[in-house]
Amino acid sequence: MNGILVLEQLLNSLQFGLMLFLLAAGLTLVFGIMDMINLAHGSLYMIGAYLVATIAGASGSFWIGLAGGVAATALAGVLLECTVVRRLYRRDHLSQVLGTFAILLMANEGVRMIWGSQPIPMAMPAELSGPVELLPGFTYPAYRLFIIGAGLAVALLLYVLVTRTRMGMQVRAGASNREMAQAMGADVRRLFTALFAAGAGLCAVAGGLLGPLLAVQVGMGESILILAFVVIVIGGIGSIRGALLGALLVGLVDTAGRTVVPILFGMLMGPSAAATAGPAVASILIYVLMAAVLFWKPQGLFPVHG
Amino acid sequence: MTPPPERAAPGPLDHALRARVAVPLLALLVLLPVIAEALDEGFYVGVASRMLIFALASTSLNLILGFGGMVSFGHAAFVGMGAYTVGILMRDGVASAWIAWPAAAAVGGLFAFVTGLVSLRTRGVYFIMITLAFAQMLFYLMSSLEAYGGDDGLSLAARSSLGPGLDLADDTRFYYVVLAIGVVIFIGIARLLNARFGHVLQAIRENETRMAALGFAVYRCKLAAFTLAGAIAGLAGALLANQTGFVSPAMMQWSQSGILLVMVILGGVGHLYGGLAGAAAFLLIEEAALSYTIHWQFILGAVLLAVVLLAPNGLMSLARRTARGAKGAP
Repeated sequence: MNGILVLEQLLNSLQFGLMLFLLAAGLTLVFGIMDMINLAHGSLYMIGAYLVATIAGASGSFWIGLAGGVAATALAGVLLECTVVRRLYRRDHLSQVLGTFAILLMANEGVRMIWGSQPIPMAMPAELSGPVELLPGFTYPAYRLFIIGAGLAVALLLYVLVTRTRMGMQVRAGASNREMAQAMGADVRRLFTALFAAGAGLCAVAGGLLGPLLAVQVGMGESILILAFVVIVIGGIGSIRGALLGALLVGLVDTAGRTVVPILFGMLMGPSAAATAGPAVASILIYVLMAAVLFWKPQGLFPVHG
Repeated sequence: MTPPPERAAPGPLDHALRARVAVPLLALLVLLPVIAEALDEGFYVGVASRMLIFALASTSLNLILGFGGMVSFGHAAFVGMGAYTVGILMRDGVASAWIAWPAAAAVGGLFAFVTGLVSLRTRGVYFIMITLAFAQMLFYLMSSLEAYGGDDGLSLAARSSLGPGLDLADDTRFYYVVLAIGVVIFIGIARLLNARFGHVLQAIRENETRMAALGFAVYRCKLAAFTLAGAIAGLAGALLANQTGFVSPAMMQWSQSGILLVMVILGGVGHLYGGLAGAAAFLLIEEAALSYTIHWQFILGAVLLAVVLLAPNGLMSLARRTARGAKGAP
């Protein structure tokens, strides 16, 4: 294990963590403020990826695809909020699970009806497809660097929005005490719709950016949805800061598990066992991390409610 | 202490089997293979077995979710543990159901007990997430164990054997065995809920702090219910492995736990027949939609959404409401 490998893996974990953060940010706000368990959040990620890929394919430009796809997904989020999700806020968590699970099924099948069940290909922008030499002798794909940059930019933008604007103040007020925020005159109804749309848009950003790296296919939202839930529970439900830290932590543990564990196992048991056990152990480590956090800090690392 | 009167009026914590429902239902289930054979649709016997097995699993979930207030999002792990117990024993030459099925229940119960020791210290959403975490750990563990087939799982050479003359390879015979086990456990759960333990469990669901203050061993009671539910789910897993002839990590995926939750919510949380109604309705809709279009999941989703919006407390509440409406009519 040398320094270059460590650096490369750190960048990979940062990239994965930031994308996870984009998903978790929307999820934690919806959960923290509206007290709503949204299993369909992963579906918005999937729909976002499909829309970005389709618009990019039709227009021939990745950038038009990304902008159009994000806008269209945010619009889809508004539609979903106004037609179904809004009716579920006042219901108990179990009804929300059932309702959003139904949306998840319909979204999966709807996507399959429109785009078919084969994964659709998505090209990365030509200008970013080459490697960049970061240090003498150390090259890293330009596109992955761009994802890291975009993720950091969105995180910064969110931070400014939440801490420096009037709407952000209402969001924070809503997260720590919904009734009081309402009593103080926050238009919660409009705020909820806006939040849901923003969450959907963030999903599309993540889906669109990851599209060229992963397969754009039906069911892509499910596995990442559970990871996003893990992130927000680790970070503390309703906390953007917690979501960022949780996402980076999960990204780090996942990447470390995938690289370090196979090397350790390889030394102990031989390469073939290491190849199969490595990814599984990395995934298990994430849940061990969550169980440990819940055991010692049951409210997450950054509890919002006092 | 005066003993309670012999036939006390059922309180809100009692859940009667109600002969008016139970007897026709049981008759229908017993006659079902005969009817299916007469209609030359023997295929439905397999579907019905599957339905009963899922009813068993979701009823065990309803025991802790509906009556104990514990929202477990990892119930498929217990089912999977039971299924793997049967699969692994079968591969190693132990085909007897008398050994494998109790072992499956024991393994499911043991896993529930161990994870319950930790999980039951948390509340609310955190309980949901920690049960999910344990289930996911198990899912990834089983996917990585090459010895037990890894991602591909294990195929069962045959169904478990109950003894000479009772060959379970016959679907109808297997159905009756599943039905018998289901009926015994269902009655057992009903009796348990009406007993002191069930009343304490439901009281804990209503107000945990008060029950603790009254001196009840809240944690131990919840742990006992959680373990029991795990054991029943393990047994359901053993039956499921026999029904499909196959075990794989996919049985323990979080979406499977989600489906069990959906079945209970669909049927009616905290309703004795909730798990049964939910499992039957879910699989019937699935079966019907599947024969109609390959995009059956869309129809299933639409129906579930309609239930959430129109029948807030599940299908059984709908039945109760219409019954009450009929009674209220002149």
